[in-house]
Amino acid sequence: MELLYILAIPLISASLSMIRTSTQKIAAGGTILGTLAVFILAWKAAWGLGHGIEVPGITGWLSCDGFSALILLLVSFVGLAAAIFSWGYISERVGDSGGKRARQYYRRYNLFLLSMLAVPILSQVAMVWIAVELTTLLSVFLVSFENTAEAMEAAWKYVVLTCMGAALALVGVLILYWGQSFIATGPFTWAGLSEASSRIQPVFLKTAFLFILIGFGTKAGLAPLHTWLPDAHSQAPSPVCALLSGVETTTALYAILRLIPLMDGVSKDNSSTWFIVFGLISMGTAAFLLIQVKDYKRLFAFSTIEHMGIILVAAGLGGEAGYLASTYQVMAHAVTKSFCFFAAGAALLMTSTREISSVRGLIRTSPIAGISLMIGGLAIAGAPPFAVFLSEFSIFRASLAEGRYGVTGLLVLFITIAFGGIMVHVNRMVFGQGLTSPAPRPLPLTCRVTLAMTVIPVFLLGFYVPEPLHNLLRFAAACFGR
Amino acid sequence: MIQLNALAGGLFLLTAFGVLAVRQVIGCLRLFVIQSILLAASACILGYELASIHLLVVAGITLGVKSILIPWLLFRVLSHEIHARREITQVLNIPTSLLVAAAITIFAYFIAQPLLEISSAAFSRINLPIGMAGLLLGAYAITVRREALPQVLGILTMENGAFFAGVSIAPNLPLIAELAAAFDVLIIALVMGLLARKIQKQVGTTLVGKMATLKEE
Repeated sequence: MELLYILAIPLISASLSMIRTSTQKIAAGGTILGTLAVFILAWKAAWGLGHGIEVPGITGWLSCDGFSALILLLVSFVGLAAAIFSWGYISERVGDSGGKRARQYYRRYNLFLLSMLAVPILSQVAMVWIAVELTTLLSVFLVSFENTAEAMEAAWKYVVLTCMGAALALVGVLILYWGQSFIATGPFTWAGLSEASSRIQPVFLKTAFLFILIGFGTKAGLAPLHTWLPDAHSQAPSPVCALLSGVETTTALYAILRLIPLMDGVSKDNSSTWFIVFGLISMGTAAFLLIQVKDYKRLFAFSTIEHMGIILVAAGLGGEAGYLASTYQVMAHAVTKSFCFFAAGAALLMTSTREISSVRGLIRTSPIAGISLMIGGLAIAGAPPFAVFLSEFSIFRASLAEGRYGVTGLLVLFITIAFGGIMVHVNRMVFGQGLTSPAPRPLPLTCRVTLAMTVIPVFLLGFYVPEPLHNLLRFAAACFGR
Repeated sequence: MIQLNALAGGLFLLTAFGVLAVRQVIGCLRLFVIQSILLAASACILGYELASIHLLVVAGITLGVKSILIPWLLFRVLSHEIHARREITQVLNIPTSLLVAAAITIFAYFIAQPLLEISSAAFSRINLPIGMAGLLLGAYAITVRREALPQVLGILTMENGAFFAGVSIAPNLPLIAELAAAFDVLIIALVMGLLARKIQKQVGTTLVGKMATLKEE
C-alpha cells in the first residue's frame, strides 16, 4: 500500500495547488509537505529493504526491489529539496503579483514528480514506457516556464527529440513482448521477462535492446542524441534543472539498465560492448564541449551527459564490482548534480546572469552562493573527499580488475579533461577579479536551507555509507546479476 | 483477408511517404487522418482474423483518438497555421527526400528480416516492416521539415508506425496499456500544439528550424 500512497500524495498536492488564492503559500507549502511525506515513505521502503524486509506491492502492477528502491529514494530526496528551494526561488522570479504563475508551476511540478516516482515502481514494462514518456510531456511547460524565446526553443527541442526517442523505445518494448509471447509464460513485467529471458530467441532480445538503448538513450542524454539536453537543462528554472539533471535522466537510464539481466544468457558481451562504446562517446563529447561553454548552467548540463556516460560504462564493465560501482555512481551523481544546480540557482538569484564571463568574484558578492558553487564544482568534477570521487575511484578499480586497460585509460582521460574544464570556469567565477558588485538582497532563507540540507550527502557519502544504505546498493547491484 | 491487410499496409506506407512529399500543412494533416484510419482498419482485420475483441477495441480507440480528437484539437489550437497557404520549408527538396525515404524503407525491411525468419505469422510479415518504415520515415520527416506542425505530425506518424507493427506483434497487450498509450498520444498532440502556439505568440513564427540561439560556438 505504501507504494500506492507514494503515487497518491503528489496528486493531492497538485490539486491543492489549483486552489485560487492570492498567495502562493498554500501551493508551495502543500508541495513541501507532500514531498516530505513521499520522502519518508520512500525512506521507509528503502530502509526496510536494506534490512532485508520486502516492500508489499500489488502483484503484477506495483513492485519495489533494490534498484527500484534506490531510484525511488533519490527521486523523492531531490524532489523534497527542490520543493523547498522553489519556495524562495519561484517567489523571487515571479514577484508578488505572480500568484497564478506560481500555482501553475506547483501543479506542473507535482505532476512531473508523480511521473518520475511511477517509473521505478511500476512493474509492467509497457506502463514503464508510458511513465517515461510522461516525464517528458509533464515537464515541457516547466522548461518553458520563463517564457523567453530561448526557453521556448529549448522546450521544443526537448519535446521533439525525446518523443522521437520514446517512439523508437516503444517498438523495442513491443518486440520484447513479441519475443515473450512465443514461450507464453509469465506476466510482461521486468521480473517475468528476466525469468523468461533464457528461452526467448536472442534475435528478439538484441533488436529490442538496440531500439530501447537508442530510444531511452536519447532521453538520458547519450551522445550523439544529446543536443537537446544542455538547452533544456539550462533554460528551465533552477529547481526544475535539479530534478531534470539529477534524477530525470537517471529514470530514463533505469529503463535501459533493467535490460542487463535480460541480456545475461546469449549476448552478454554484445550488450556490454554497446554500453561501453556509447558511454565513452558520451563522456568524450561532453568533456570536450564542457571547455567552451559560456553559460554556467550549461556547464553542469554537459557534466550530466558525461556522468550518464560514466554510469553506462560502469554497467557495461559488469561483474559484481562494476555493478556496485554503477549504482554508487547513480546515487552520487543524483545528490551532487542536484546540489550543483541549487548552487547555480543561488548564483543566478544573486547576479541575475547566466553568463560565465559576467560573474567574477562571486565569493565577495555572496559568500554562500560562492562557497556552494565551489563545493558543487569540486564535488561534481570528482575531487576527494566527495561522493563522486569515491564512486569514480571504484569504477577505475572495477575496470582494472576486469583487465580493461584501454577503457580505464579513456575513463581517466575524459574525467581529467572534464575536471579541468569545470574547475577553470568555476574558479574564475568564484575567485576572479573585477565586476564585483554587492548582492542586491540576501539569498532567500529556503534556498539557504536547501543548500545546507543537500550538501550533507554530497560530503558524507564520500567517506561514510551507512550500513542499510550499503545493503541497498548491494541489492540494487544484484538486480543486474553478477 | 490477408490481401485486404496488405492493401491497408501498402496505403499506410504511401501516406507515410506522403507526409514527406506534401507541400501544405493541411494536406499533411489530412494524410495523417487517413493514415490513422488505415491503422484502425488493419487492427480491425487482424481482430476479425484472430477473433480478438481486444483488437477491435484498439481499432475503436485509434479511430476516436487519432482520426477525430487529435485533428480537432490541432485545429482548435493552431487553426491559423493549418490554413496557411504556403509551402512548408524543407531542408532537402522533395525528390531527394523521397529517394532517401525509399532507402529508409529498404532499411526497415532489412531490420525486420531476422525477426520475421523466426515467426511464421503472415500478418506480421506485412505489418512489422511497414510499421518500422513508418516509424523511421516519421523520424526523417522531423529532421527535414523545419516547421512546428509538420514536426508534430512527424512524431504522430512515428507513433502510428509503432502501433501498426504493434497490432500484429503484440495483439494481447493489456487493454489498460493500450488505453494509456492512446491517452499519451493525445497528450503529445496537446502539449506540442500548445507549445507551438506559445512559440507563435512569443517569437512570431513557427519555423522552429530557424531558432538557433542556443548552440555551441
